[in-house]
Amino acid sequence: MRESLPLDTYKEGRYVIGKDLIFIIAGLILVFLVMSLLLSVIIVLVLDGWTRLVDPSFYTSFPSRFPERAGILSAWVGTVYVMGGAIFWSIIIGVPAGIYLEEYARKKGVIGYIERLIEINIANLAAVPSIIYGLLALGVFVYIFNFGESILTAGLTLGIMMLPVIVTSTREAIRAIPKDIREAAYAVGATKWETVRDHIIPYSLGGILTGFIVSASRAIGETAPLITIGALTFIAFLPPSPITSDFPFISLKNFKEVLLSPFTVLPIQIFNWVSRPQEAFHINAAAAGFVLLVLTLLMNALAYIIRYKVRRKYKW
Amino acid sequence: MQVKANLTIKRLIDKIVLVAFFAAGFITIFVTVGIVYVLITEGIKFFAFPEVTLKEFLTGKEWTPTFFDKKFGIWPLAAGTFLIAGIAMLVSIPVGLILAIYLSEFAPHKLRETVKPIIEFLEAVPTVVYGYFALLALTPVFQKFVPDLNSFNALVTGIVLGIMILPYTASMAEDAMHSVPQRIREASFALGATRFTTAIKVVLPASISGVIAGFILGASRAIGETMVVAIAAGMYPNLTLDPREPVQTMTSYIVQVALGDLPHGSLEYQSVFAVGLALFIITFVFNSIAIWLKSKLREAY
Repeated sequence: MRESLPLDTYKEGRYVIGKDLIFIIAGLILVFLVMSLLLSVIIVLVLDGWTRLVDPSFYTSFPSRFPERAGILSAWVGTVYVMGGAIFWSIIIGVPAGIYLEEYARKKGVIGYIERLIEINIANLAAVPSIIYGLLALGVFVYIFNFGESILTAGLTLGIMMLPVIVTSTREAIRAIPKDIREAAYAVGATKWETVRDHIIPYSLGGILTGFIVSASRAIGETAPLITIGALTFIAFLPPSPITSDFPFISLKNFKEVLLSPFTVLPIQIFNWVSRPQEAFHINAAAAGFVLLVLTLLMNALAYIIRYKVRRKYKW
Repeated sequence: MQVKANLTIKRLIDKIVLVAFFAAGFITIFVTVGIVYVLITEGIKFFAFPEVTLKEFLTGKEWTPTFFDKKFGIWPLAAGTFLIAGIAMLVSIPVGLILAIYLSEFAPHKLRETVKPIIEFLEAVPTVVYGYFALLALTPVFQKFVPDLNSFNALVTGIVLGIMILPYTASMAEDAMHSVPQRIREASFALGATRFTTAIKVVLPASISGVIAGFILGASRAIGETMVVAIAAGMYPNLTLDPREPVQTMTSYIVQVALGDLPHGSLEYQSVFAVGLALFIITFVFNSIAIWLKSKLREAY
């Protein structure tokens, strides 16, 4: 409609059309600038880190005080473990909380008051600086619970940080499901839980998954809260593998050791390298930064694709 | 009988799930309670030291926790924080506003759908990567134009932060403008207004609370940002408004102490929690205003 307005409806003639045009040009220039800036970040990282990016030993070596021998092995293994923990905690708390607020909330009485409190609280938590979460983890997980500066503490910290996004996206996904679906389920005698299990969760899974990947892509690059709980930058060993070769293939003892072992993650390794004065370490930082950026880019692309697919699958 | 027993079990499961889900929601409150508890109890230990007074903390102009003569006045850190956040907003508000108006009112649908995820991706870029970019790529370029630009400085850090918060200042503002009903625009067009006039005089005022909420959340994000600042702004508590100088912010002070090997309970160590408490209060106020403004927008339409 708006596009098809004939030009002569503009009363003030060319002058005003000119203003429209100026704005369109300014908008396009800014869009172009933002895109080229993002692109230049990627190009800078590739160019600076090229010699290390193409060196296979970079991915299989421990950090070292010799820049040309240093690698990101312990960093990416640590990232995998910490993210595993973060994903676990944020799912088991975030998804039920989101379902509760959207499906179960009574919105009256004392319970209703608590529900409103939870809502406001989540909106606020979403904007709390990440380093504050680090101080929370330091005070609670390290000093009160004595989990130490471990993978367990890091996973819990990042998991809590991911909560607000997961709760919000779960709620948005559920809100899109029409009321008829629920009433049809109740009409054939389903209980509330059966309705949620068989209809609400499956239909909103795409939306939940999207929010989930987006928040994980934020958490994977997060550095500040892990620095405050004392993540080390020089880790020249790997935690024991929780998967063993003999039956039952999972060792609980090793699993516990993994949880309590010290760790480093990619962003902390990058921070360490970038803050050293020697330029040779900056090459490593650029290479590791590129690896991390590609990871977050892939995760965001995946989230975008899932959102697009879901939108086409369910048309209410 | 069988049916009845099944039904009882079903109802029981239903109740258990209800309680479990409510508990999950309730846990989120404990996160806030935990934050406030940790910051206050540990912060009190800081003020219990004889070297520290609350008055000096709030009004002092010197921050020298590592010197022999320790001084704990938060103003150098606060000035650094607000200087960088101010530069970020100077960049982000005009750029964000033009982008928001363009994408919401002028851009073709396809372009909008392509550009918005890219703008939102700006927030997913790891902050250490921004730090690297600011310190090692942008600062050398800026040093060619800006005389006496220190290799650690507030200027470039603030500019990079301003771009980083575009998801709030551009994308969130755009969401607010986009939520203005089409009929309001049609009414404006019907009166002969151009798209420019409609955008500036009708759509923008109608969505102003949402747009400003985006700006405030962006500012809050810039105040709380840690890694870009810790890498690119230097770690020197400096009471200055000169953007070419290195500064230290509240967040980067916390990082500096965390990187050192100070024992739990020492004066410097506890000071982190006092600074954290100040930071939490500042961002809490900003966030609350933004949340309130956003709810006002929702009420309007």
